[in-house]
Amino acid sequence: MKLLKLVRDDTNIDFLKWRVWAFAISLLLMAASIGLVATKGLNFGVDFIGGQMIRATFTQSATAPVTELRETVGSLGYGDPTIQRFGAENQVSIRMKLPEGADKNPELANAMAEKITSSLKVGHPDVRIDGVDSVSGKVSEELFSKGILALLAAMAGISIYIWFRFEWQFGVGAIWSLVHDVTLTFGLFALTGWEFDLNIIAALLTIIGYSLNDTVVIYDRIRENLMKFRKMEMASLLNLSVNETLSRTVMTSVSISLPLIVLVLFGPDVIFGFSMAMAFGIVVGTYSSIYQAAPILIWFKVGSHSFVPTDEVTGSKAERIDADFGAQP
Amino acid sequence: MLDFPRWRIWMLNIVLIVGIAFAIPSLLPSQMRAQLAQFVPTSTINLGLDLAGGSHILLEADTSQLSEARLEALEDSVRNAMRRANPQIAIADVSRSQGQLSFNVTDISKVDAAREVILPLISNSLGARDWNLGVNIGNRIILSPASSGDETALDQAMDTAKDVIDRRINALGTLEPTIIRQGQNRIVVQVPGLDDPEALKALIGKTAKLEFKLVDEQADPDQTAQGKARVGSQVLPYPDNPTGLPNIAVRRLGGISGDKLVKADPTFDSQTNEPAVTIQFDSEGGQRFARMTQQNVNKLFAIVLDGQVISAPQIREPIFGGVSQISGSFTTESANALSISLRSGALPVDLTIVEERSVGPDLGADSIRRGVLAAVIGTTAILVLMFLVYGRFGMYANVALVINVLMILGVMSFANATLTLPGIAGFVLTIGAAVDANVLINERIREELKRGRRVVQAIEVGYKEASRAIFDANSTNVIAAVLLFIFGSGPIRGFAVVLMIGIVTSVFTAVTITRMWVSLWVKRTRPTELTI
Repeated sequence: MKLLKLVRDDTNIDFLKWRVWAFAISLLLMAASIGLVATKGLNFGVDFIGGQMIRATFTQSATAPVTELRETVGSLGYGDPTIQRFGAENQVSIRMKLPEGADKNPELANAMAEKITSSLKVGHPDVRIDGVDSVSGKVSEELFSKGILALLAAMAGISIYIWFRFEWQFGVGAIWSLVHDVTLTFGLFALTGWEFDLNIIAALLTIIGYSLNDTVVIYDRIRENLMKFRKMEMASLLNLSVNETLSRTVMTSVSISLPLIVLVLFGPDVIFGFSMAMAFGIVVGTYSSIYQAAPILIWFKVGSHSFVPTDEVTGSKAERIDADFGAQP
Repeated sequence: MLDFPRWRIWMLNIVLIVGIAFAIPSLLPSQMRAQLAQFVPTSTINLGLDLAGGSHILLEADTSQLSEARLEALEDSVRNAMRRANPQIAIADVSRSQGQLSFNVTDISKVDAAREVILPLISNSLGARDWNLGVNIGNRIILSPASSGDETALDQAMDTAKDVIDRRINALGTLEPTIIRQGQNRIVVQVPGLDDPEALKALIGKTAKLEFKLVDEQADPDQTAQGKARVGSQVLPYPDNPTGLPNIAVRRLGGISGDKLVKADPTFDSQTNEPAVTIQFDSEGGQRFARMTQQNVNKLFAIVLDGQVISAPQIREPIFGGVSQISGSFTTESANALSISLRSGALPVDLTIVEERSVGPDLGADSIRRGVLAAVIGTTAILVLMFLVYGRFGMYANVALVINVLMILGVMSFANATLTLPGIAGFVLTIGAAVDANVLINERIREELKRGRRVVQAIEVGYKEASRAIFDANSTNVIAAVLLFIFGSGPIRGFAVVLMIGIVTSVFTAVTITRMWVSLWVKRTRPTELTI
């Protein structure tokens, strides 16, 4: 049986040739992301800014009457609602700030939810309330700081691990590519205005895990090649390592993307942002492993000398006599 | 590396079978589950509220109010003890401020005697002090809270509050609530499959502290209207006051609290035919109530619920027997809710709802359907791709993947873990990541074959060399998952749990199990050529 090859055996792409360009573009995109987050801001969900979110489906209508809802809910005297479609055309989420004093007296929040839902039911008997989320300012602040803390701790923890398993330059490369991935994802959310809630923090952490996964595989190969080809120039060695692992990179990216694409297309609407963030993160993470994590090693002057082979390593390498030794570029 | 002794094969197979066996109950519909034989495990995966529908309510206790209540109780017990001491010890200038209770012992020679009286009051059963005792300027005694005392008090109050909430929810009928304490001063209440959380919230948020106080009939109505009370009185809100004032003045002392109830039932007032609540005191409370009504015939007494007067009837005759009726402007529902609250006891602290999430059952069902659909399509696509790319070794990976899915379900069922919507996404992601291990191995074998190694050696080196990257990659993922679990909350934790379980099982199936199959195949056929 003839097997499918996603990457041809003799593939030898000079990835590192574009490293300066790639780095410049990445820096630009990161700056743009930071700018977008600073100016346009993220569309925080109630998880992070507190407030109330009511999800409703108009079961008998093709589309939800968003403009009309904005007026009805706005006229209740609780301020202007943020109304968004999510998923199907007839589903909306209505977000409100919690009324003044609701932190002390939850009755006020209850009363608001009740007023809003009953005002929906007046004009639309087909409305189905799918959920109510009500988060006080105190809890949302906690969720926010905890989320940020989780992100920072994960990035730091993982980088320290890489530092111990490899060398400090690799740790820096890893953390840089993570910062890169996370920043761009923030940028994506600022640009699109998708709701940024707790789920997105989970997605970001997963992206960090995946991006690292990719980086580790390439780093592992770089380390191996560094010990094998002592004299090879660093750029060629990186190219060799990236090309050798390319088949795996493509295969894994495709296999992880498959379920994510399915999740984006058919998955529950509630986690649309989550799935999108992950799908985006896979692409960015794969790119950053090749174009951020690897070239940094050149700039940090990593070479064979970085790995003074210990007895343990030579012990496992002693049996390796490669037929194609030196046949590489 | 490819050498598998028989005992290892047996062990691995047993782990596989047990893992899968635990998954079975979760996959079966509930009727079939009931018919399973005794030895089959029956624990299943819990569905999170975002999938099952229901309410999640986070309550927070007002700790400042708790210290205030403790201080009040301390003052009461000190006053009583001094009065009962033999000979009586006169105290004056009692003040509660800044969390401290201080008072003068009028006769300076009795300070030491007062001390002796107080000491047993401020030590708890373990011999530790709940309050620190100090004497200032000769005869002023100051009691300040010991930090451990506040903590223990909060801890006990939260435990009691948890029980009270449990009783109240149980009174609502056949719900299956999960009530857990979180941190120092919070309680999480989760009730799956609840259509209308309003009734629940009205019930659990209510402190239900009932008091009977004498109305201060000499109070100046103008002063009362401004919220000012005479010495010894206090002004409480009274929304239904027939005089039209929004509040009423009541005497601080001489009342009794309504925490000694044995019964509380909704009823209808025999005269007005309006909803009301009958309460029955226990014998001690009944005696006190009788004494209070006896001494104050023809006076007004206020029925105070959570610091608000609900009615202030006249005592026409002494009430013996400890049965009384509370009327106010109740509806049938609120009378019912109040009687449940009173029956289950008052909350020892005020609880405020700081977070509430409710998901309708329809949305939850839709999420499950589409989440599972996505998981199935995604997995199928991966299976096809793996087979097309790696042939026989892809098949090994595929079978391992299916087993992996079953094992994740098995471990989750065994641990009674909760599957949330992000958890389903974590599931999908784990599946993708699990094949990565096989991709790494198979790619490495391909490479080694290309380098001219013989089949058996290529397989051996492939597994060995790939293992390093697999180990590092999974370790970093474990770090991320653990941090998610520590810092995350609710559904995010569900995601972290799936991720952690998935990492462990996927390394087991994708690396160890496939290696066993490959080694058995190699032993059986001694292949000299391999298409991979």
